Amino acid sequence: MKRVAAFGAFLWDFVVGDDWVGAAGVAILLAAVAALAHLAHVASWWLLPPGVAAVLAATLRRAVRALTPARRTTAPHPPA
Amino acid sequence: MNGFALVLTTFLASGVEAVEALTIVLAAGLTRGWRSTVTGVVAATAALAVLIAALGPALTAIPLSVLRVGVGGLLLAFGLQWLRKAVLRAAGAKALHDEEAIFAREAEAARTAPVAGGFDGYAFTLAFKGVLLEGLEVVFIVLSFGANAHRMLLAVAGAAGAVVVTVAAGFALHRPLARVPENTTKFVVGLMLTTFGTFWGGEGAGVHWPGSDAALPVLLAVYAAVAGAAIALTRRAVAAQLPRALPTRVVAS
Repeated sequence: MKRVAAFGAFLWDFVVGDDWVGAAGVAILLAAVAALAHLAHVASWWLLPPGVAAVLAATLRRAVRALTPARRTTAPHPPA
Repeated sequence: MNGFALVLTTFLASGVEAVEALTIVLAAGLTRGWRSTVTGVVAATAALAVLIAALGPALTAIPLSVLRVGVGGLLLAFGLQWLRKAVLRAAGAKALHDEEAIFAREAEAARTAPVAGGFDGYAFTLAFKGVLLEGLEVVFIVLSFGANAHRMLLAVAGAAGAVVVTVAAGFALHRPLARVPENTTKFVVGLMLTTFGTFWGGEGAGVHWPGSDAALPVLLAVYAAVAGAAIALTRRAVAAQLPRALPTRVVAS
């Protein structure tokens, strides 16, 4: 059971990484593009670049907001 | 797809991961001895080769539209992860990846671990895990690029070339490759993965890109501009959030 949980955690980290918003944003974006292309039959390529930029901006914003001075790692650089 | 872009992406992605794996292998080998370390490296490399041999043909058998939306989506998610880290590092919001510091930490841990006679399980496990974990992402990138472009051999050649160059440089120097501009390389790989992930994911979802393959360099240029702006804005946001001067080099975890 422990190994299954460990494998699940590894898969989550592998695909999702540090912030789930990135992976979720990509999934929503591709679903929206597919819906526009297949259901509404409209060109939907224009949605992807700004959508990807918005997902990147959202995940960066979350990372910066999570920063506090106390949380920063300030270990000294080792001697050359 | 442009063969040069394919080889460049797999070469750079593999190079970055190979540099990180090399640091761990050197820490194990130089402190614990080479026999068990090399056995760990060979075992992990064999496991990765089996994965490529097993999954490569399986991926090429999947219908192209399904492959592209699935693999393209994953590539896009990976690309955004790489780009996010690179932007945060460039903006001073995340620790720089410091191979010398990581080497020192791993070597110290290896030195203090108990030594058993004969086969050294610690060195084997350290080298095996280091190579396997760093290699898995490369395997995915190589497989997805190779399968989507129907040029598996070219993708494997790009990755193998990077591993050979990195290993040769590391063993010639006998120290971690600290001077490799790792964050810049990760930034470039993040841009390439995001570009190809957008292109293939979109095609799989039913998008017809204007100009077909000619859309790729345009997407790359757009994302480079977006990432450049993101660095500037993130730097400003970090300065507003953390008013005091921040250390320029910190140890990455």
